[in-house]
Amino acid sequence: MTAQNRLNHIQLLEAESIHILREVASEFQKPVMLYSIGKDSSVMLRLAQKAFHPGPIPFPLLHVDTGYKFHEMLEFRDRLTSELGVKLIVWRNEEALAQGANPVKLGTQRCCGLLKTQALLDGLRAHGFDAAFGGARRDEEKSRAKERIYSFRDSAGQWDPKNQRPELWNLFNSRIGPGESIRVFPLSNWTELDIWHYIHLENIPIVPLYLAKERRMLVRGDSLIPVEQSFVQGLPGEEQWVKCRLRSLGCSPCTGAIRSDADTVPKIIEELMGMRNSERANRVIDHDQDGSMELKKREGYF
Amino acid sequence: MIFAEEQTVNGADVAKDTAHASIEALLEAERAKDLLRFSTAGSVDDGKSTLIGRLLYDSRNVYEDHVRAVTRDAAIDFAQLTDGLRAEREQGITIDVAYRYFSTAKRKFIIADTPGHEQYTRNMATGASTADVAIVLVDARKGILDQTRRHACIASLLGIPIVIAAINKMDLVEFSEEVFERHRQALLELAHRLEIPELIAVPVSALDGDNIVHRSERTPWYSGPSLLELLETVPLAIERSSAGLRFPVQRVVRPHQDFRGFAGQIAAGTVRPGDEVVALPSGRRTRVRSITTWEGELELAHAPQSVVLTLEDEVDVSRGEMIASVTDAPHRTRHFEATVVWMHGTPLQPGMTYMLKHTSQTVRARVVEIRSRIHVDHLEHRPAEQLGLNDIGQLVIETSLPLLADVYRESRATGSFILIDPTDNTTAGAGMIRSIADTEEGATPINRATRGLIAVGNRQELAAELEKSLLQAGALVLRTRVPVSASLVTIARIGAVVLVESDASDPVTLTRVDVANAQPRELAFDHPDEILNELQSLGALPTGDDENDNGLGI
Repeated sequence: MTAQNRLNHIQLLEAESIHILREVASEFQKPVMLYSIGKDSSVMLRLAQKAFHPGPIPFPLLHVDTGYKFHEMLEFRDRLTSELGVKLIVWRNEEALAQGANPVKLGTQRCCGLLKTQALLDGLRAHGFDAAFGGARRDEEKSRAKERIYSFRDSAGQWDPKNQRPELWNLFNSRIGPGESIRVFPLSNWTELDIWHYIHLENIPIVPLYLAKERRMLVRGDSLIPVEQSFVQGLPGEEQWVKCRLRSLGCSPCTGAIRSDADTVPKIIEELMGMRNSERANRVIDHDQDGSMELKKREGYF
Repeated sequence: MIFAEEQTVNGADVAKDTAHASIEALLEAERAKDLLRFSTAGSVDDGKSTLIGRLLYDSRNVYEDHVRAVTRDAAIDFAQLTDGLRAEREQGITIDVAYRYFSTAKRKFIIADTPGHEQYTRNMATGASTADVAIVLVDARKGILDQTRRHACIASLLGIPIVIAAINKMDLVEFSEEVFERHRQALLELAHRLEIPELIAVPVSALDGDNIVHRSERTPWYSGPSLLELLETVPLAIERSSAGLRFPVQRVVRPHQDFRGFAGQIAAGTVRPGDEVVALPSGRRTRVRSITTWEGELELAHAPQSVVLTLEDEVDVSRGEMIASVTDAPHRTRHFEATVVWMHGTPLQPGMTYMLKHTSQTVRARVVEIRSRIHVDHLEHRPAEQLGLNDIGQLVIETSLPLLADVYRESRATGSFILIDPTDNTTAGAGMIRSIADTEEGATPINRATRGLIAVGNRQELAAELEKSLLQAGALVLRTRVPVSASLVTIARIGAVVLVESDASDPVTLTRVDVANAQPRELAFDHPDEILNELQSLGALPTGDDENDNGLGI
């Protein structure tokens, strides 16, 4: 091999992800792509377009809507999916929402359990999906560093970190029993920086919330809390205009913004390279208790 | 993320008009990086987690919130930076493969961090399977232990071309050159015995950071690179592969009547439009029409790119089959010898059957024989009745359908397979093909020689097609423009098909050579398949069912 046909890291990661997407689409009966509207989902969706080109994406997208997503996210979702002509399934835990579930009332842990984990498991079961793509990356959080690319889940959708299938080379074991399923993480080996770099190189559309602009926020200590839901109430003087952006997109009450001037993707990359905290540092939910992401994952969360 | 100083672009310090240019330069530098995967193995006490923590911290790849979380009494616990799951925190050991990501100004890295504890051999094999480099830790006070041999042995079996031996805890032996040199010599001997192509030893102290990222002043006798400098410069494993095109088909892409493409990831070699290729197992030859991607058609693609190939002819290729180079095709085999790492609680025994996944194909496989068990601590082969959890053995395997395979040392992607337990569906074993006993329709397939002399006149294309089909069927073929003579008949009589071309538009004729003084017989057809049928009706084409045939037709 000569220097001229050496692939760079982005090309290597892309080739690996496309291989995974094709393998799952070929070996499972009913795959689905979990689409969270965030930057990772946006990259995963582009990779799926590439993997099956010139054919269509051979599976639908599933969005688990907690009811508390930013309205800009939902607008973006509807516009993009209709433009691309992909099938979108939206699933909500209507029962819990009707009973007024929200993070202030229930605490973030129970709220996530009902509106995310439970809704996801119900959505997958209702449609009989046997493989679900997720945009999680191993560099996001410690327990994800050990996650397999094919993550086996028992018939209750649960993950057993001690009993994972070994995964060698690029040979994935797709054999499952009735009622069992897998979660597949085609972006396992991408880092946050790789994702942004790819978005830049490929000109992939993203939700504008990622880009800095003046927004109405509750300023509480170091935290910037978006004002979207009526149950998020500020103390006098907390609500201010702040130039900020979101580093990862979740539910508006639980996703803090960061102060930033990065209003273009290259500026985000520049900002990231000088960044001193991890991307989930502004997620309220991961810090509930030590190892809380691992607990959520055991229960069926992504 | 904290980056090396020369790379950090501080918006406040950079004048506005140069800011844009610097972002572009930054992105350009970022885009040029490749990606090296390395595995680390080590036990609880030899400081592996500390070494990785130190590597990440000193190369400024650790977030402050992560560092804060593992700082106690103003001291950073480097090992805690890389430890993950709740279960292992309780047990105080790493229990599984953890992947870490970091980058420097030169390269991106993926670390497969694997435990060195004995019952977790499977994890070490897992981490090593995709690695370009293995880092083996050696405690400077103890030298080579059983586990050192084990790590080196697994690295060797999994075909990692470069092993870096980090001689750790040099601070506890007063940075003695003599100690380092003694261990280095012993390690080089070990590497030689294990046929590891390259072993490089580095004296380090993970705890203090000596020779991890920065060269240490405490080892003035050592003039080599630091561990990170080494990692930044060694070649990727895939750059060493020399096999021809291997393109296992993952799926057929057929969005409409006018497009029929084959999607896959190139496992080895390169491909260009116009290249002559063979579809396996059918053996049909054709040419590549296009390399289709989302970005458009490519003039060249190579391993490990994921692409879609379209072919000149309507050739039927399905998932599990392969498009390969004509000159250097893979073996087609149902019977081979392999090294298998066993990962299942139920022992492997001769006669047992499993599902075997190789490239994009899954077949049934039977264990014919256990040749030996490899004792990785002592590097010995001993006879064995069965393979238990975490055992490594040399097996003979037979499959229900042929595999299109290479030996592992020539091509990792087409020489590896996994065994799946058909009852509980778990991945029970990982295998590397060591030698291929019989090659069906490959190197020595001639069971009965095909004989005859065919004159085709100026039908050049017919001659080419006949030549291909006959060669694929296992016949010996001589294609010539020398006029028919007694010596050509003699060659055919020995057991070959002689194709004679000329400039004349004469009819196609077939001369039998298995009877004396036969005259050329004019064939009423000139389609290759019909001519092959005619040859077959003479009992001349190999059928593969005559085991006593000496292969020469005489």
